[in-house]
Amino acid sequence: MTEFAIETHGMSKRFGELAAVDGVDLAIPKGSIYGFLGPNGCGKSTSIRMLTGLLRPSAGDIRVLGETLPGAEERLRSRIGYMTQKFSLYENLTVLENLRFVARIYGLRGARAHTRIDELLSLYALSGREGQMAGSMSGGQKQRLALAAATIHQPELLFLDEPTSAVDPENRREFWERLFDLCAQGCTILVSTHYMDEAERCHGLAILERGIKRADGSPKALMQAMGARVVEVGGDELRALKQQLVAKPEVLSAAQIGSRLRVLVSNNVSDPIGWLGAETGNRPMDEVRPSLEDVFVTCTGERAGGQHVA
Amino acid sequence: MWLRVFAILIKELRQLSRDRMTFGMIVMIPLVQLMLFGYAINTDARHLPAGLLDLSATSESRAMVQAVSATQVVDFVAVYHSVPEAEAAITAGKVKAVLVLPADFGERLARHPQSQRELHASGSYFAAPVGQWLVDGSDTVVASAIRSLRSMPLAEVLGRPVTDSVPSLEVVNYFNPEQRTVVNIVPGLLGVILTMTMVLFTSAAIVREREQGNMEFLITTPVRPLELMLGKILPYVLVGFIQVGIILGAGHLIFKVPVRGGLDSLALAAMLFILASLTLGLVISTIARTQLQAMQMTVFILLPSILLSGFMFPYEAMPIPAQWIAEALPATHFMRMSRAIILRDAEVMQLGFDALWLIGFSVMGIIIATLKFSKRLD
Repeated sequence: MTEFAIETHGMSKRFGELAAVDGVDLAIPKGSIYGFLGPNGCGKSTSIRMLTGLLRPSAGDIRVLGETLPGAEERLRSRIGYMTQKFSLYENLTVLENLRFVARIYGLRGARAHTRIDELLSLYALSGREGQMAGSMSGGQKQRLALAAATIHQPELLFLDEPTSAVDPENRREFWERLFDLCAQGCTILVSTHYMDEAERCHGLAILERGIKRADGSPKALMQAMGARVVEVGGDELRALKQQLVAKPEVLSAAQIGSRLRVLVSNNVSDPIGWLGAETGNRPMDEVRPSLEDVFVTCTGERAGGQHVA
Repeated sequence: MWLRVFAILIKELRQLSRDRMTFGMIVMIPLVQLMLFGYAINTDARHLPAGLLDLSATSESRAMVQAVSATQVVDFVAVYHSVPEAEAAITAGKVKAVLVLPADFGERLARHPQSQRELHASGSYFAAPVGQWLVDGSDTVVASAIRSLRSMPLAEVLGRPVTDSVPSLEVVNYFNPEQRTVVNIVPGLLGVILTMTMVLFTSAAIVREREQGNMEFLITTPVRPLELMLGKILPYVLVGFIQVGIILGAGHLIFKVPVRGGLDSLALAAMLFILASLTLGLVISTIARTQLQAMQMTVFILLPSILLSGFMFPYEAMPIPAQWIAEALPATHFMRMSRAIILRDAEVMQLGFDALWLIGFSVMGIIIATLKFSKRLD
């Protein structure tokens, strides 16, 4: 009926005085990979816990797969999968024992469970490791096992809370390939991360900071709609130049990348190259395409810097 | 439902079999405790260190000392020469008691009723004790052991048979005629050890999963609280029976404790008590936030279970409020049942109140634990 897997209006969660999540509106279409991007403590995990029914929202409406939360948690349990931030399977059980346990918990038994577990073992490159203790595996292997366990019942909606924080880049690439496989099979995926490259792979994205949604949209749209332009400045004594530039209200951020200084200039300045040239003397400089990191910095710098971003 | 209970049960058994420490504890706790308590706890005091203050120093007084030694209640380890010296020794704890034989011991002995060839019809003769015990009365076990020497026969001292006084009432000891403490201890120990291990195992069960981060995944699955509780309890019933076997087997082999009652009655009583203890642990586990807290609460339950359940002191001798507390503890009910079945060959049917109470306790425990357990994090 509804084309959204997740819809929220004003979703909020307070812990005493602290507003961990503050009035977040979401509309996540079915069949997409949606990302929560933000620093630690921005409300990513709290949001996921509300959407999985583990926490009750202090305010706001939540609809997940057409069901209203809180209230429909138990009906949703078999339709959603959840991979926690910390490895939450049993370290003193083997790979196979863990998967058998989870299969039984989801009501899979006999030949069906057997086939499904075999399928997952080969899909997640765990064949041959059936007898290994989960606790003795590497970060990447644990993560693949956790994903296998979270998808054993073929959920319609999968939540992944910082799934790749303990995984090397190569395994991360592989992991994302598996996520796109799942997505192609019709599974909607909500993933939280603080890695820009991961966020860039998502179909849609919400940038969270201190419980507030700062921006959302596809990574491309976010980059296009960014309220700043990016100029890379070369030359000597970049550290001193950085100090000088960040003091200006027109400069949202300046960060050194190799031998260049990447400067975000507010859209209030109509000609950033000309303006910067006047500010810095005749240094080599080019305007470059914004990256997602630039989007993130402009969005989250808003409150800290106090500047207005269009 | 049963598939999920089975899943948790299998998982618990697997984890238990991997946890060598816990596995060792299942066997070692009952064995070590049985040895400790079986040998150490003894309320029939023997060989108490005693002193002697013999002011008469005659052959009669020496005969008296020998007769007292022969009872084995005391061992004379010191000789004193004055009452203050004897009192100082008791205060210092060197001896538990001092036997004082006065200077006129021989005269008193001659006038003592036991030395009269026939009872004076009038009974108006002057009768005084022949000596005196100074006792460290702060220890009631010592005091009552010495008190048993108050009316010891003087036949050996006098070197001839005496007119034995006839006891007012005769006592017949059923079930433990030799009055061996260990016979009463072992069935009671069953209750104490099971309380300790059963409550300890399950009190950690839920809180451990929470601490190790397994819970956050588990509560997003379709598992229901009751299924989780049953899956956590059932494997430990097996553990409980293993321990019952160890305690009774070792108690029978080492301490010759008879098992008179039917094993079916005993198994049923043990089953009820194991379930009650496990649910008690489970309730603790849903309340405690950390494994340390769970452990502290377990000790809080364990102490009264040892001291008030009738294991150490007779239930009937306790004041009424203490009896109420004791009634609330599963251990009290099991203590009654296990002693009745093992020592007196009682049937569970004769112990209906205790059995029903344990069933009620388990059902209440499961209900409370299930209601307390929330599949939420807030």
